[in-house]
Amino acid sequence: MAKSRGLVAVNVEECKGCKLCVEACPVNVLHLSESFNTHGYSPAEYEGEGCTGCGVCYYACPEPGAITVFKNWQEAQQAYICQTSNKPSQLTLVDPIQGIAECEACGQQVILSNFRALSFAE
Amino acid sequence: MSVKILSKSEAFYDTYERRPGSNKDQTHYCPGCGHGILHKLIAEALVDFGVTKNSIVVGPVGCSVFTHYYFNAGNFQSAHGRAPAVATGVKRSLPESIVLSYQGDGDLAAIGGNEILHAANRGEAITVFFVNNAIYGMTGGQMAPTTLIGQKTTTTPYGRTLENEGYPIGMSEIISQLASPVYVERVMLADTRSINAARKAVRKGIENQVEKKGFSFIEVLSTCPTGWKMTAPQAEEWIKTTMLESFPLGVYKDIADQVEPLILHKDTVPSRRVPKFLGLNQEGEGFDISQMKIAEDVDQEIKIAGFGGQGVLSLGVWLSEIGMREDLKVSWIPSYGPEMRGGTANCHVKLSRTDIGSPLVTHSNILIAMNRPSLEKFEADVVEGGVIIWDNSLIDIEPTRKDIRNMPIPATQIAKDLGTTRISNVVILGVLAGITDFLDPDVVQRVLPIIFKKKQLLSINLKAFQKGLELGRELAN
Repeated sequence: MAKSRGLVAVNVEECKGCKLCVEACPVNVLHLSESFNTHGYSPAEYEGEGCTGCGVCYYACPEPGAITVFKNWQEAQQAYICQTSNKPSQLTLVDPIQGIAECEACGQQVILSNFRALSFAE
Repeated sequence: MSVKILSKSEAFYDTYERRPGSNKDQTHYCPGCGHGILHKLIAEALVDFGVTKNSIVVGPVGCSVFTHYYFNAGNFQSAHGRAPAVATGVKRSLPESIVLSYQGDGDLAAIGGNEILHAANRGEAITVFFVNNAIYGMTGGQMAPTTLIGQKTTTTPYGRTLENEGYPIGMSEIISQLASPVYVERVMLADTRSINAARKAVRKGIENQVEKKGFSFIEVLSTCPTGWKMTAPQAEEWIKTTMLESFPLGVYKDIADQVEPLILHKDTVPSRRVPKFLGLNQEGEGFDISQMKIAEDVDQEIKIAGFGGQGVLSLGVWLSEIGMREDLKVSWIPSYGPEMRGGTANCHVKLSRTDIGSPLVTHSNILIAMNRPSLEKFEADVVEGGVIIWDNSLIDIEPTRKDIRNMPIPATQIAKDLGTTRISNVVILGVLAGITDFLDPDVVQRVLPIIFKKKQLLSINLKAFQKGLELGRELAN
């Protein structure tokens, strides 16, 4: 598996399982999940590693907020601002498949697909 | 160092609060629909040019009728085909705003053919996005002016023919022949490369307007997996293999670099004078609803409601079918949202011994609620002493009314036990036959083979009907 430069996070509730991202991904690191979301669709799921951060899946996806791509995950990790203390912190990836990370400063879990709730240093 | 993240554009609402029902997370489009991709490209361009708060999206009639659910900008929803006319008015009254007309092929090329030609010919300084998927998607896949020769649709079941319907209409070709438009391009949403090209065209169209260059027209060949009866990846492939032959891509006209920016004048009537110009009184003239009489001789007024896909509309059709065979007058009208899959649906059924005046059921004597929203919404409309049949295997609340006959039926569970949840509506049909005297079980059993032509489907449906019938008779006693 290629080195994971980027990171893709799927918002399970927004995904409709149309499979366009799965087909579009140049490095084949997306597949459809076995489980269902509350709307009855099988959402796309990240393999957990190998994302290059190219963003092809983001543009292939018809749902506005279903896919979030961190083009350079390492940069994003280090530039994270803690939501509780509003101070520079770092993110540790807890579950790459579900897109869950942990803030080092406050220890709280961060859902990466909920991008608008996160902030990063300029 | 700025962190590069591709995510939901700020030009979209966080959650779609304007969308009715419980699903505020997703757009109403079918899985794999090209509309969403184009929405994203437009939203991204609006944010990148810094004009989101200054933009007005004029929506059409068609699948994209609800653009106002999604774009966190100014929104208009216009009458069928009239988006360019509305956009003209908006742009002229607010010349500094960025006005986008977003239309499908039925809207733009058929009913709105006149509007778009003259808006283009006048060179209105707007940007038009024309989503061409060669079909009427929202209304169920009928032939559009852009349907390809040989393409099968619900209204051309043997394929569109040259002799009968003529060639598909090339709107980019037509509009590029006019003198006023500054930019006309046809793009497609079929793979990574073409989406990227479409992204550039969208940006160019919006940039032209930011620079006050005049009329821009971007035709986007887009997928309709539901209407084409394909999966989303197959639909993208079909654009490339089939649609491109009739709709060649390319820049049909681009004179944006050669034209001077337009100077737009604001010339409008003060808003408080508008009612006077339109001849309106300050207070509306009401009419007395108590004067209207509801026909008393209608025997059964039935409302059936549930999720799309539960067969609520079919159940209504069957009731009408059975009623006809019992020599009753019948009517059936469906009411559902523009979503082809999912969403809520209901239908009104009347069965009567005398002529039916109106097919609308405003006060039902039988309500069949197959999901919770339906029970909550229609419970109040049931007449005193009426029947509420509700699926207590799916609905986790009880009817609040005490003056009705309460009939909880675990229809979905019964159907599931029989092998498939899809026959829950037949269970309900059985219950109806058991509790009422207007449905003769013998007639129903003779009609069922007409409805279910496949033998393997018939036996399981007959079983479901029997099960419902027994349950209904138990409840009636």
